[in-house]
Amino acid sequence: MNYRKHNLSFWSKLKRGESLTDSVFLLTITVSLFIAIYALSIIFLGDKGFSKIQMFFNLFNENAALIVIACGLSIVMITGSIDISVGGSTALICTACIVCLNNYNFNFVTTLILALGIGLVFGAVQGFLIAYLEMQPFIVTLAGMFLGRGLVALVEVNQIQVDNAGFEMLSGARILIPFLGDINKKGVFIQSKLEYGVIVAIIIVCLMFWILRKTNLGRSFYAVGGNSHSALLLGINVKRTRFHAHLLCGLLAGIGGFLYLFHTRSGSVQQATGLEMDAIAASIIGGTLLTGGVGNIFGTLFGVLTSGIVLLVVTAIGSQDPWWPQITRAAMLCFFIVLQSVICSRKKK
Amino acid sequence: MTRNNNKLDTDRFASVLKALSRHRMFIPIAFLAFLLLINVFINPSFLRVSLGRDSTGSPVLIGNLINILNNATELVILTIGMTLVTASSRGQDISIGATVSIVGGVIMRVLCGNETQPTQLHAPILVALLLGCLAGIACGAFNGILVSKFNIQPMVATLILFTAGRSIGSMAMGGLKPKAAASFGYYGNFIPGFPVPTPILITIGAIVVTLFALKRTNLSLYTRAVGINDKASSLNGLNPALIKFLTFVILGLCVGIAGFVQSSRVQTVNPYTIVPSIEMDVILAVALGGNSLGGGKFNMTGSIVGAYTIQTLTSMLTTLNVNTNAVPVFKAVIIIILVAIQTPMLKSLFVKKVTLSNLTAGAGKERG
Repeated sequence: MNYRKHNLSFWSKLKRGESLTDSVFLLTITVSLFIAIYALSIIFLGDKGFSKIQMFFNLFNENAALIVIACGLSIVMITGSIDISVGGSTALICTACIVCLNNYNFNFVTTLILALGIGLVFGAVQGFLIAYLEMQPFIVTLAGMFLGRGLVALVEVNQIQVDNAGFEMLSGARILIPFLGDINKKGVFIQSKLEYGVIVAIIIVCLMFWILRKTNLGRSFYAVGGNSHSALLLGINVKRTRFHAHLLCGLLAGIGGFLYLFHTRSGSVQQATGLEMDAIAASIIGGTLLTGGVGNIFGTLFGVLTSGIVLLVVTAIGSQDPWWPQITRAAMLCFFIVLQSVICSRKKK
Repeated sequence: MTRNNNKLDTDRFASVLKALSRHRMFIPIAFLAFLLLINVFINPSFLRVSLGRDSTGSPVLIGNLINILNNATELVILTIGMTLVTASSRGQDISIGATVSIVGGVIMRVLCGNETQPTQLHAPILVALLLGCLAGIACGAFNGILVSKFNIQPMVATLILFTAGRSIGSMAMGGLKPKAAASFGYYGNFIPGFPVPTPILITIGAIVVTLFALKRTNLSLYTRAVGINDKASSLNGLNPALIKFLTFVILGLCVGIAGFVQSSRVQTVNPYTIVPSIEMDVILAVALGGNSLGGGKFNMTGSIVGAYTIQTLTSMLTTLNVNTNAVPVFKAVIIIILVAIQTPMLKSLFVKKVTLSNLTAGAGKERG
């Protein structure tokens, strides 16, 4: 319904010859790209599992953590900043939580508090340095990325697994979707399964959409990202807004890191390599401009899903070489970055 | 009388110290001296350099200092390129680790073909070097076009190769892990019979060429002009896009040479782990050298001293038995402190005091 309404406004605007806003234009590209790729993969790769309903749910199961982290990144990018430390902090959260679960008898709640705490500390320190000391966000968060990964090695050098019965039971739980499912080779009907993390991710997407559209905080994010000078003239506390954006991103990175742990149940130094890249790519694909001030959380959601389905297709096409997924990701990012730049420069003229 | 003299002397000493501490080279040299001092405390024989013999019996120089000079080669060469990129485009290239991996992959493929243990080289080393440099320059040109033509922030533009580079390196090698014949190892280790490690000679060559180019050509002037204000430089008849593109190409060439030396060290390349987190080291070296990471003026000598300082820090942490993966923690903290010192907020606190004291002394020539 929402999509339809959005589409109507798209066509009516096109008919009246009005130019679309950049965000809507990019979101339209993303949504249609997602639908097109999914439809094509069902038609041509149906025998490789793309026609199964479970495949659609797996797309969410695999990417729940990424959705949450990408939401955080969209928010800092809307504010005109960036955060590339989320991969490092996710790796740190996973390892630290596992060590505490295994050795110090942490339970579900204390682990969650630890994860959120790590995320918030990262967000607060980086936000302070970027907003109040006016340091370059890229340098600060690059240091944060290496700091996070380095701290993982200080906590635990080897790869470790969760060894805590209560936590494993909770993370193994699945929601069975009524009336939806696939028939397997033996002709038995199997209900589709959804992880609890996906529910959290969807709630967060809706919550962030509400914050960005309806609250003062969210609107000041757009104002600061669009033009910080005019935001200052409007009476917005620019520094505090930037700080809040990073704090929110840190909190979401904490939640995302916890979901990542909930899904993988393991931790290592090399874990979540390139996660920051995926999140930035998802935001960019979803129509968040790197220059700030433009963006849409639902676009980010579709950005994650689009890159997810592209990766699945690349793997399914049957290339045994391990390098194609990463190269495809980068190529997609390149395409969308250049597209954005072209749109921006055209607008200037 | 003598008392007065003493007071004058201390005053003069204080003013000299003040002037010294404000010199651009102060931070890198002071930090390097500090690190060397700590190293000497840990290991009294740290500074000793002796002539030993390697397994084949030819003479080689041995010592911690030689190791540091030797291992800093890639860092110094990359720092030279990064200083220019930082100055002209007001951002950093974070893809250099990944592009070194691409260069290493190309060189290995050229030298080894499809064999994993070839007894002889498949192509002359010069050809491998040229193709490696070409690969580096191609990567630099790709980044340069994104930055100069499409006006994308350098760090975002280089994020693309940062993601894909190591995979492309693996693809260039065809997924194999070949080990080239021993004669390829001369460039990363020793030429038989000559006691100085070859990388040190390569570094000296690179530094001499760079300083000569900065002295004799307009490269330095143009880079500064574009970095300080690209609109003004374009009104003065420069082409900012071309200058930015050129600095990225120069960095690409540096990546090519660094990749050649690095892959020659053990004559094999693991594209996923080669030069891990070197982008951090290089940015740190540039910042430590007294350069603003926001572009504009630059100080090449400072950057080079900064690179050696970082290598000293790394080897010190290694002797202290810090896990290799944990080394970035210390560097991250140092880079944050260094950049924080340069921020206008903290600087304004400091500069205000200076101008006040200058005003009272009647010499108000202190300017930002």
